[in-house]
Amino acid sequence: MLWLSCPNCGRRPIDEFTFGGERRSVPDSIVDPDERDFDEVWNFENPDGETTERWFHTYGCRRWVTIRRDTSTDTVLEVLA
Amino acid sequence: MTRYVDTLLQILRHDPKSSYDVVIVGGGGHGLSTAYYLATRHGITNVAVLEADYIASGNTGRNTTIIRANYGIPEAVRFYQHSLEMYQGLEEETGAAILHQTRGIFWIAHTETSMRTERARAAMNTACGARTVMVSPAELKELVPQVDLTGGGRYPVLGASHHLEGATARHDRVAWAYASGASQRGVHVLEHTPVTGLLRDGDRVVGVETPRGPIAAGVVLSAVGGRVTAMAAHAGVRLPVRTHPLHAFVTNNYEQGLGAIVASTELSCYVSQTERGQMLIGAEFDAQPSYSRQSSFAALRSYSYKITRILPFLRDLRILRTWAGICDISADFSPIMGATGVDGFLITTGWGTWGFKAIPAGGEGMAELIATGRPPALIAPFGLDRFRRDHVLADQGSAGTR
Repeated sequence: MLWLSCPNCGRRPIDEFTFGGERRSVPDSIVDPDERDFDEVWNFENPDGETTERWFHTYGCRRWVTIRRDTSTDTVLEVLA
Repeated sequence: MTRYVDTLLQILRHDPKSSYDVVIVGGGGHGLSTAYYLATRHGITNVAVLEADYIASGNTGRNTTIIRANYGIPEAVRFYQHSLEMYQGLEEETGAAILHQTRGIFWIAHTETSMRTERARAAMNTACGARTVMVSPAELKELVPQVDLTGGGRYPVLGASHHLEGATARHDRVAWAYASGASQRGVHVLEHTPVTGLLRDGDRVVGVETPRGPIAAGVVLSAVGGRVTAMAAHAGVRLPVRTHPLHAFVTNNYEQGLGAIVASTELSCYVSQTERGQMLIGAEFDAQPSYSRQSSFAALRSYSYKITRILPFLRDLRILRTWAGICDISADFSPIMGATGVDGFLITTGWGTWGFKAIPAGGEGMAELIATGRPPALIAPFGLDRFRRDHVLADQGSAGTR
């Protein structure tokens, strides 16, 4: 992963961006509200495959970008917005 | 060389039995040392270590082999200092040549902020039994003449902490020392035996599934590296762990020799010389999680830029070989050892970037936990439940790799 297409700035080197974490929701199987809070704060899906995540264009437009990425190959699949 | 080959041949080949008292998933350093200490300290030998590939094929054979205890929090300093001392006696204990060499580590600071960090580190280390002192730029230059005190004009050296007992050892020999020691005492070390699932009985984990058939177990320990999230999911356990690649490379021979290990706090990179004379360079892990072990040009470029600021002679060397490993990094940058909340399923993880140095103490602690049911004092603070108790062990600055 060397480049990322920013919706505002176009194709830019990945060094300009800061990884902002996976976008995830707490699984429905966790019912207890405290458990849901705990899971949201601490746990990661950490998938080996497709994931949706946020990146911040630190040295560019300073806007958030949402992308789909394949973590097994570290390649960008789609820039969502 | 003959001695090394003899060591390698001392792993006995077995077919898996249908059941063991303890099944350890992952034939890396931590899995093998746990098996070794179960056999030698607790007389528990009905044990299998299941490795998906070959022994030490994961992070144990991919790290930069640095052994140190200069951490920033008391729990970590005590644990790693114990591990460092166990390494000093490991050749004698196992009878295997692991090429252990005490060299000393310099962590160079380039700003007042990191000078404060290094001073605090030295004080904390001294208080907890690790030997770390501050040195001035002049002293550093005397001890490591190759250092550019101007830092390429951009990263002037203000001082450094000197961790006197920092050391290196051959990583694959460490793994083989434990593997053969365990094997000779009856432990089954089964290579090319991936675990594809866990056997459950109600809420309890009672064994593992493998392509060679199911194997029942009294206790299953996951000593899996980067792919630990998937392993824990088989038991319904969710983890505060993400998997990041970490790259490293070696150059051709440097004849003049660099005795010490040199690292930089700001630049988060480190270099040591291997026993073959090559310069071994590593740095921080990639910011984004990934399971890709592809070396990236971006990482090599960034590491080379950083390390040549403080050691300009490296410019004249060539990169010979590059590789990457996938590190399990916990949310507070400290390892996770112990119970998972699921009966029969224990875990040792979160070792990304600081696992090699912890192989002896991590294995010893996990073996005692399995044998007695109680975590010994050195590893007790590192339980998974610390996140629920709000006792996180935040020590990112000591990873050497932000």
